[in-house]
Amino acid sequence: MKALPPRRPRWTVVAAVLVTALALASCSPGDLGSGDGKVSLTFLVDNSDASVRPAEGLAKAFGEKYPDVQVEVEVRPQGGEGDNVVKTRLSTGDMTDVFLYNSGSLLQALKPAETLVSLKGEGFLANVQDTFFPTVSAGDGVFGVPIGGAMGGGVLYNRAVYSRLGLQVPRTWAEFMANNAKIKAAGVAPVVQTYQDTWTSQMFVLADYHNVAAAEPRFADDYTANRTSYARSPAALKGFQRLQEVHDAGYLSPDFASAKYEDGLRLLAAGQGAHFPILTFVVGTLVANHPDKVDDIGFFALPGDDAAKNGLTVWTPSGIYIPKTTGGEKLAAAKRFLAFVASPEGCAAQTKAYAPTGPYVVKDCPLPDDLPRAVKDMLPYFAAAGGTTPALEFVSPVKGPALEQITVEVGSGIRSAADGAALYDRDVEKQAKQLGLPGW
Amino acid sequence: MSGVAIARRHRAGSVYPHWFYLPAAVVYGTLFLAPTVASFYFSLTRWTLFDHEFIGLENFAVLFREPALVKGMTNTAVYAVVTSGLKVVLGLPLAVLLTSDVVGRAYLRSVVFFPVLVSTIGVGITFTVLMRPGDGLINDGLAAIGIKGPAWLTDPSYALLSVALVDVWKGVGLATLIYIAGIVSIPREYFEAATVDGAGRFAAFWHVLLPLCRPATVTVVILSLIGGLRSFDLIWTMTRGGPGFTSDVIASVIYKQYQAGFYGLSTAGNVVLFLVVTVVVLPLSLLLGRKQVEL
Repeated sequence: MKALPPRRPRWTVVAAVLVTALALASCSPGDLGSGDGKVSLTFLVDNSDASVRPAEGLAKAFGEKYPDVQVEVEVRPQGGEGDNVVKTRLSTGDMTDVFLYNSGSLLQALKPAETLVSLKGEGFLANVQDTFFPTVSAGDGVFGVPIGGAMGGGVLYNRAVYSRLGLQVPRTWAEFMANNAKIKAAGVAPVVQTYQDTWTSQMFVLADYHNVAAAEPRFADDYTANRTSYARSPAALKGFQRLQEVHDAGYLSPDFASAKYEDGLRLLAAGQGAHFPILTFVVGTLVANHPDKVDDIGFFALPGDDAAKNGLTVWTPSGIYIPKTTGGEKLAAAKRFLAFVASPEGCAAQTKAYAPTGPYVVKDCPLPDDLPRAVKDMLPYFAAAGGTTPALEFVSPVKGPALEQITVEVGSGIRSAADGAALYDRDVEKQAKQLGLPGW
Repeated sequence: MSGVAIARRHRAGSVYPHWFYLPAAVVYGTLFLAPTVASFYFSLTRWTLFDHEFIGLENFAVLFREPALVKGMTNTAVYAVVTSGLKVVLGLPLAVLLTSDVVGRAYLRSVVFFPVLVSTIGVGITFTVLMRPGDGLINDGLAAIGIKGPAWLTDPSYALLSVALVDVWKGVGLATLIYIAGIVSIPREYFEAATVDGAGRFAAFWHVLLPLCRPATVTVVILSLIGGLRSFDLIWTMTRGGPGFTSDVIASVIYKQYQAGFYGLSTAGNVVLFLVVTVVVLPLSLLLGRKQVEL
């Protein structure tokens, strides 16, 4: 017992040294940033190949052109988890200096007017095609520049199967189903579905929007104002009905419930599946995983009722945004980075890093000649008048979060089309109320 | 220690001065009490993280109209009952086996307990692979003995039970451990007296061991029931509530509302989950606890 008191001071000294050391250690890394007069920008992107690779390509090319700025790419999860990362970081003031995020309805949920720097009046916006602006605007502010190309939502198909069976690309739903019957008779799965990646189940509904808008041109406005809905509009309900129809006809690939979209691409490339309704960004994965089959895989828009109004539903590129927390020299550097992204040099850097999934919406950005066949098949739709329609999520802020679970149920025969559409209407109502839209 | 000092401590009612409680109270208050109270308030608002609007009980009305929640509540009940029931049914015999003079007892005990130590996410991912319908090890094994295994995680009628079975596999080690502790604490004299009275091994089990390890049963049932009611990680890793909504439980429904950015709604869901757990566990704990005293 007597030995204890003299020891106490020593422990105090040790503790003090430790605390000081810790405090010093935690100080040092933060100070490295601007020591050599270099500005460093952090850039948050989702962790898909289609985002990370172009983002890194842009960061590298930008650094070569402007050696005084260094862009560091940070990744976050995709989907709902990623949305929460973005929302939480924005609301706590912890966002990176620039970040990549969806345009359209998802952007509206970030309350851009309150959280993002408006780019209105910046010279570099003149490089961007006008079609992009509505998807990144709120109030009278414009908040982003596009990264990546536009994507098509439609059907990837195996051209080898088509030529072996003597089939034509369908321009109506009836032709599509007739093709499916012949394909099934030949022992090939007509429609590949991959419900382990639940988002892939939505294509029959979401990629059908060109056909909905062709039948009901006012659908988007009415939908936003709660005057129509998927259960109330016969044209919109068809997406759900067709999803049920292909399931009930037994046209789905075996193991559709446990397959992921890479499995779907494998079936398609091997000619074991003929059609795969999907977004064209997966062409990048196709090129990476099945380089010898790329020419076999073509693309067509999801057909509707009227061959004369056949056209493609288009996903507008994501945007790059600056949060209001970025200021001073970082804000100036961030704007220079955005100007670079929205320039022909920016497109070239992206093309070099990742095979484009569709046309850029930046002016004077030609696509390379050696495009994959499926992407080439998209281009005629863009060339034709009225050949494309932006997906509903880019023309209306209303999009329910549970659609992918509902379409999995409808596509697996767990729930009927009408029931699924009615359930989705209720899901949408929650979102509309959350956004505080009038009429809900 | 003088008598005076002891007397003074007794008067104070505690060995330590009151301000000793302060650090713990501050931590508990800021990390638990304040958020709990705040969450009761936010459950009454439409909350976007950027701002919030008071809307009364509308979140609760929306929540109870949600078909996924109704399904989720049934599923939660099924999941909690199946997992806690199976843990009792499997844990007790395992504990009896592992307290007997079986060869390699210490080794077997660690084998049974091992899954408890593995991360839930790791277990979930592993079993997702094992349970793949086309090329998973489980169905390959069944095919070898001529049985065509079901699509464990993607068939709506099996998905929830498949996850529950994995939960039991992972959790039964803890139940066994609690039972082992309960059994070894029973004095040997009771068994000897029963043997003298002519009781066989089964009678000794039924009339001595089972009643005397009721505290262990209470602990196992309550722990696994609470665990079952708030189960989330394993279900989320293995099925994400799917296919569709067929294996959703309350916690996964709440998480999806949170993911979708309906923060007020998901907070309301957490309040509901809090009440459900309280309503189920409190009476159960009182009931089982009372029986223990009567014994």
